Formats: sequence, C-alpha cells, structure tokens
Amino acid sequence: MTNLHTELKESIIEQLNLEDMDPADISNDEPLFGDGLGLDSIDALELIVLLEKDYGIKLTDPAQGKEIFVSINQMAQFIEENRTK
Amino acid sequence: MSNQFHIQNWVKIKNGKIFNSEKLIFDSSEKELNFFLKACYDFLDLKYPKFHKMDGLSKMGILASEIIFRKNKPTEDTALVISNNASSLEIDRQFQESTETFASPSLFVYTLPNIVLGEISIKYKLQSENAFFVSEDFNAKLLKDYTESLLISGKSHQVLSGWIDLQNGEYDVFLCLVSKERNIPFSEENLRKLYCAENDKPTH
Amino acid sequence: MKKLYLLDDAIISPLGFSTKENIQSIREGNSGLKLQQRPEITENPFFAGIIDETLLNQAFSEIGSSEKFTKLEKLIILAVKLILNKNRNLDPTKTALIIATTKGNIDLLNEPGGFPINRLKLSELGKVVANFFGFAQTPIIVSNACISGGLGLAVARRLGNSEKIKNAIVVGADLVSDFVISGFNSFQALSTKACKPFSKDRDGISLGEAAAAIMVSTEKPEISNVISLIGDASANDANHISGPSRTGEGLYKSIQKALKEASISAEEIGFLSAHGTATVYNDEMESMAFQRSALQKSPLHSLKGFYGHTLGASALIESIITKHSMLNNEIFASKNFEELGVSKPLNVIQKNEKKEIRYALKTASGFGGCNLALVFKAEKQ
Repeated sequence: MTNLHTELKESIIEQLNLEDMDPADISNDEPLFGDGLGLDSIDALELIVLLEKDYGIKLTDPAQGKEIFVSINQMAQFIEENRTK
Repeated sequence: MSNQFHIQNWVKIKNGKIFNSEKLIFDSSEKELNFFLKACYDFLDLKYPKFHKMDGLSKMGILASEIIFRKNKPTEDTALVISNNASSLEIDRQFQESTETFASPSLFVYTLPNIVLGEISIKYKLQSENAFFVSEDFNAKLLKDYTESLLISGKSHQVLSGWIDLQNGEYDVFLCLVSKERNIPFSEENLRKLYCAENDKPTH
Repeated sequence: MKKLYLLDDAIISPLGFSTKENIQSIREGNSGLKLQQRPEITENPFFAGIIDETLLNQAFSEIGSSEKFTKLEKLIILAVKLILNKNRNLDPTKTALIIATTKGNIDLLNEPGGFPINRLKLSELGKVVANFFGFAQTPIIVSNACISGGLGLAVARRLGNSEKIKNAIVVGADLVSDFVISGFNSFQALSTKACKPFSKDRDGISLGEAAAAIMVSTEKPEISNVISLIGDASANDANHISGPSRTGEGLYKSIQKALKEASISAEEIGFLSAHGTATVYNDEMESMAFQRSALQKSPLHSLKGFYGHTLGASALIESIITKHSMLNNEIFASKNFEELGVSKPLNVIQKNEKKEIRYALKTASGFGGCNLALVFKAEKQ
C-alpha cells in the first residue's frame, strides 16, 4: 500500500465523519458506495471537493465521480494520473 | 377542549443534563457541544453511524426522540412539530466559512432547520406531517395550537412536539409526545411549566 | 374540515410588482431569468431571477425609507402593503401574520450592511414586518425548506379549522443570496441554461427571488367567484435528506391524503401545478408520484422556467397563480419545456389554453424529504 492510499483513507474518514473507523478498516478494492462503506450522494460531492482541495483536480462532469470513486485503488490511480499538486 | 389531549412523555436536554418525565437520566461535565453529543450517543448506545455526519441540531433531535420513542413507540403517522429561535444559523455560519475556500456540500445540506425533521423521519420511518417554526422564545401557544390542530383534524394521532435550539454552542432541547391517551394534560401552562422547570433551576 | 378562502394577493418578483403584472408576463411567455456571472463563486455562468434593487427602492420609497430595511424586508412589506391597500378595513390586531421563508436575511451573514447582527434571525424579520404594519399577534414563521410557502397556507387552514385564527396574511419570501448560490453550486445543481422542468435535456435548477402574500380567511367572502383550499397534507419521504425518494413515496402519500380530505378523485383534478425544479432526480420523482396517483393526464406546468426556484416563496406564488388560473379559466404553458424527459407520461402544457377548472392540485417537495399537496376548489356563480 502506498502513502497515497493511506493518506486517502485518512482524509476520507475525516472529511466524511466516518467515526469509529480506522484506515485499516477500509480495504483498497472495497466499493466506497452502496454495500461497501455505504457512502451516499452528498459524500460523493464532498469527495469531489476533496479532489480539488488536496490534489488540484477539478471534475467538470459530476458523472465522472461515479467511475473514480469506485474504490480506494481506483481513486489513487486517478489522482496519480491527474494531480496538479 | 384544551385538555382533550395529553403529554405521554417528555425529554429535556440542557447544560450537560438529560431529563425525561421521570428523572435525571444523564449528567455530563463535557462542556464542548460535540463531545457532549458524542457522550450522549455512547450513553444511549445508539449504533447509528449516520449520527456522526449530522449537524448539531439533527444530533440533538435524534438523541431526544430516541429517548422518547424508547418508551413510547412511534407509529408511521406520528407527526413532527418542532420549533426554535436560531433556525440553522450555527451550521449556516460554518457553511459560510467554508465558502471562503471550498464550499462544503455536506455542510450546506444541513443549512435548513427542518433537516432535523428529515433525520428523525428517516431513523424512525415516519412518513408523516412535518412542520418547523421559528419564534423568538419558546412559544407554548403556537406549539399547542398547531399540535392540537393536527390531532383535531385527524391528520395525525400522535405528535412529537417541542423546541430544539442551538446557538453559539449553547443548546436547549425540550420535546414531548402528545396524543389522546390520558396523562399530563396538554395545555399551554403545562408546556411552559415543563419547559421552564429545569431552565429556572440554578445550573451549578 | 373548514375551507380556507383565498382572497387578495400580491407577487413581487422580477416579472413585476403586482400579481397582475406577474400574470401578464407569464401569459406572454416572458421569463425573469437572466444570465449571471459570479466568478468569485463559480466560473460557470448561470441563470437566476433577481429583482433590480433600484426599481425596488423606487417602489419602496413611497411607503418607507429604503435604507432602514433589508432587501427581503422591502419585498415582503411591499407585498403585504398591496393587500392592505385593498383591505382598508382590515384590523391588523385581529389578523394573523404567517411568514414562510427558508433563509430570510441570510445575505447579511456575509454583508451585514450596517444592520445589527440579530437581524439575521427569522424572528427579527417577523418583528420588523409586524411592527411596520402594527400586526399585534406574534408572527408565525414557517421554515420548512421548499414547501414553506405552501405549508404556510396549510398552517393557516389548520389553525383556522381549530378556530385559533380567522383571518391571516400568508407571506412567502426568499432571496438569491451568495449563500444559496454557493450551496447549490457545491451540489452541482445549478443549470448553465435557464432551467427546463420535465425536459429531456434538463440539468439543474435556476434560482430566483420573490415575495408573495395572500389574504386568507375561514369565513366565506361575499364575492361571486371564489377559490378555496379544501384539502392539504404533507408527508416526509423518510428516505434521504437531500435526494428525493426514487418512488415518490412522500409526494404520493401527501397527494392521496389531500385528495381524500377534499373528497375528490384524481380524475377530477383539472390542473396540476407541479414543483418541477428541473433537477434530474426531482422531476423524475414527481413523474413517479403523479403516475402512481393516476394524474398522468392532468394538464400540468412548472413555473420555475419563469421565476427560477424561489425556495420558500415558490409554493405560495404557484398557489396564487393557480388561483387566478381557476378564476380566469386559463392555464399557462410550462416555460422552457421541450421533449418529455421523465420515465412516466405527463401532460405538460405546451401552450396557453382556455380551460375551466373546478379542482386544481398544487404540489411541492423539498430538502429534508418534505412533500406537500394542496387541493383547491373553484366556486362560481
């Protein structure tokens, strides 16, 4: 697991107020929405803010989020390829 | 006429203390709002992770209604009539601050006072009448008149009615469950008495 | 349950400073939505219906000094004043004042503009309006998201039914503030076009600001043609605080309850004034609820293409326009509607029509999962 993976898990827990959760509780390929972490549409919007704030990535099409926020692995890969900070 | 309906059960949360119609049930020295709310959550053993995502008003609404509904189960038509003074100003300020950098959607979603009604409805599956009123002080007359109007017209058979206010970290919650069943007569005077009882006592 | 009679009304909006001017604009198909640029909030231009402050101050200067009141207060006072002008005998000490708003003077949070900080509070807004006219009863302030304005009418009827009030002035008002623009922008819910309710290519809301006021009474007025509220119900989705229920559950429930109270069937609804915000999910949800309610044939429109979403004012404005549609036997086209873009069939009004309406339905839905249905009846001689 890279630093980015851990960093992502930590900021997701903090940003989305996933109290009582530890980075170790989130696996890299577990779905973030639906049955996995059980995140919802507002969480998705908050993750879009997180991408912009922490990595300088601006999503122009909200539907893009669906493909990126599939799992920590997917998010990390997208960030690596697109980050501007 | 005014005593046709009765208060079955009530709860008060203020100054680190929770009272229900019987006694003081929780007393915390926690001064900071969020720590206090978390202490209440742990005390009630809520196991409702969504709670942690809520704003202060919604958290207080969930805690207070949980205490009421553990004693008297709600039905699908249990209506919610809640009021306060500060509307959602506490979270409005936080959202406004977030707009200086990145406007936060998860803060914005709570910037309406009636969101607490939505959170209570979701938790207890109430597809019922909702109304949120704002007034300068605890308005016993409005709460009584409106709650009664729902019961008289048959729009609801039971109403969770009261006050959930939060400003500058100071919280003040009083909720009561009203229906036909004989108990404490639902009157303006009794509402005021129950709401004020703990407010008048010295807090230290 | 008693009827609530809808009497004189007033709408202050970008479409005009009286109900008459508003209806004329709608009849002519003129929208109040204009392209706005707020680069400090969003780089995308968006459409909103904003009231020109110079025009507002000009109109207000006849009744008060502009600098003493906030923009929202001026809108409300102007609307109420128009009603009182037509009802010189009305005793404000015996008339209830019901104010519906979601955010009140929220613009002061960022720019206090010399007003004391407590002016932000909705209870202060109520006091300012009540004091201006000498209303003696404490104003009743309803803040229940986007159903507020319509819920204000329901509150008046309910309190009237239990004889707590007889006459009331119900007001609905909200502004297009930076606060609200930032919020809906963070939700990615602002359309870059003028909003297109129920259309295939709809992609979000346009915001709008307005104040509306209406006089109501449980006592039947001595006029030959009158519209009354005969059924009202609200129901929560109990599903999500910001996303509408996929099945339209709460809206469906509130429609059923309101129809039942009015003792009429869905087929008797001659006109349906929908909420129609033009977000993908809201309009889809409404189509589900309308189909479940057997309302797919009722001629329907959304007025959001004219006003934008005026939040706490919207359901009251739309009720007032419905009232006049019923009185004048005319129903208005749903502005900006092109090809139907919801999964259930709807009868969206495409051009203004002459139509006699006996019963009409107004619906609204809002954040917090709230939904409202109001049934109106026309009595004509």
